[in-house]
Amino acid sequence: MGTLSEQILGAEAGTYIDRQVDRMYVHDGTGIQTKLVWDRLGGKGVKAPYRVYVIFDHNTPANTSEVATLQRELRNFCKQQQFHFSDAGGGICHQYMAEGHVAPGEIIVGADSHSCTLGAFGAFATGVGATDMAGLWALGETWFRVPESIGFHLHGSFSRGAEAKDLALWYVSTLGMDGATYQALEFVGEGCAGLSMTERMTLTNMAIEAGGKTGLFYADHVTETYMAQYGTHCKHQQPQDPIYTREFDVVLDDIVPLLAVPHRVDSVVPVHKYADTELDQVFIGTCTNGRYEDLLRAAEILKGETVSVRTIIAPASRRTYQQALQAGVIDSFIDAGCILVPPGCAACLGTHQGVLGKGEVGLSTANRNFKNRMGVDASYFLSSVTTAAVSAICGVITDPLEVL
Amino acid sequence: MHVFNTIQAPAVCLGDDIDTDLIIAGRYLRTKDAQIWADHIFEDLDTTLHARLNGCIIVAGKNFGCGSSREQAAVSIQLAGVQAIVARSFSRIFFRNALNLAIPLFEVPDITCHDGDTITCSLETGKVTVQDESKNTMTYQAQPLSERMLEIISMGGLLPYIEKRMSFKAL
Repeated sequence: MGTLSEQILGAEAGTYIDRQVDRMYVHDGTGIQTKLVWDRLGGKGVKAPYRVYVIFDHNTPANTSEVATLQRELRNFCKQQQFHFSDAGGGICHQYMAEGHVAPGEIIVGADSHSCTLGAFGAFATGVGATDMAGLWALGETWFRVPESIGFHLHGSFSRGAEAKDLALWYVSTLGMDGATYQALEFVGEGCAGLSMTERMTLTNMAIEAGGKTGLFYADHVTETYMAQYGTHCKHQQPQDPIYTREFDVVLDDIVPLLAVPHRVDSVVPVHKYADTELDQVFIGTCTNGRYEDLLRAAEILKGETVSVRTIIAPASRRTYQQALQAGVIDSFIDAGCILVPPGCAACLGTHQGVLGKGEVGLSTANRNFKNRMGVDASYFLSSVTTAAVSAICGVITDPLEVL
Repeated sequence: MHVFNTIQAPAVCLGDDIDTDLIIAGRYLRTKDAQIWADHIFEDLDTTLHARLNGCIIVAGKNFGCGSSREQAAVSIQLAGVQAIVARSFSRIFFRNALNLAIPLFEVPDITCHDGDTITCSLETGKVTVQDESKNTMTYQAQPLSERMLEIISMGGLLPYIEKRMSFKAL
């Protein structure tokens, strides 16, 4: 029956349904707010604690005494409730979940807007706020409106210099920041088979930047191979005559390196339009682009070079960090003069580990360039890992097509 | 079955794509003191806005509340004394957050309005009326809310709704 969202939720687009949620997660920021609401509810009897995850990633390790105190409260609460818990340094919540805590066909809700990332696994995954999450802790279920879907038919493969992030920026600019509101994005077609789970997560991660409720890939042999390393069973999924509100045919070979310019994610231009813009900081990491393959690609460019601008690198998770260490990727970064910060969200949300100053210009592999987000009166661009790495060497925005 | 009062208040107009970072910046989030959020609301958008919000109805463009899932954005709007939010469209996470706090929401895709116009709106009928300085009025029909959404708002938010659900389950 229909789109993947309709198959998983078991109802037609447009209908309102109640569904039990297979896994629910919060981070240190939304977790404390959820606990506040939970306490107001009387705070008794979490419905299914074994399905609840608390993952510290936003301000980790704590950057102020007030934050440390809040985190202590939440940490103690997790132990008491016997939730799954990942403390500071474990990594970004969406990546932590991707490492063995997700399976195709599941319904997953996270108290973070980028929870749509897990749609890469053929799960229906979406974000909510603290009160909805407190309700989930209490009832183990919530209401959904089954979304309509926008279909992206992918063909071919990425050519030199372009990658999944450039496609993500392309679709956000094509749809606009509200073009997919209340809807899901589905990625289908023969071009999907050539995309790794890392690339798929980069694509589903940014669905919310077009207003999307989630982004989805159908589970296939790529998903199955990835799942096997965590011992998770993976049933393949197939489109069943889905009806899309809009459809796009995308030839991956035609995608070029792109930039989102301040202060909108949908203000997207080819990188060369802003070539030679002086940079104060490059940031490689986040739930969009901080995974092992991303770091490996950056290291291949940075190896033997020296960065000429402050370059901050944050692995998405501890596992990512370990993989990068074992492969010598971290050595390449350190030799090139980069700054390694602990696994987590790091500079993305503008509270620590690389906040920009007034008048500074940054280039980031993150998903949001909203005004003041990464620093008051600063501006920053969004790009792929490849563009960020070549720009870090040059100290100015650099089109990978010019140098690779 | 639902009884809602008619709300009447002056409009404070905002543009398109007002994101939750603009409503309340990330640097103020890490606290339990909700007053801090109300005190710094819209600080990065317009520092004069804060003083005009008490007793107003926000009338925004499309995609209001996009971006981060931070519920502090909806909490700060409520604490600042905003009576209702009318928008051409809402970002869905913000929409759910505001609904859960029982903030009256009206999605009116074609609304036009100026600062200070008098807005009259009713959840019961979904009608939104804009009256300008010259007393010209224009009435719009908001997108209907589902029965569930109306029930959550009428009960005073998701918490009372859940309390009721839990008490039923205990029986």
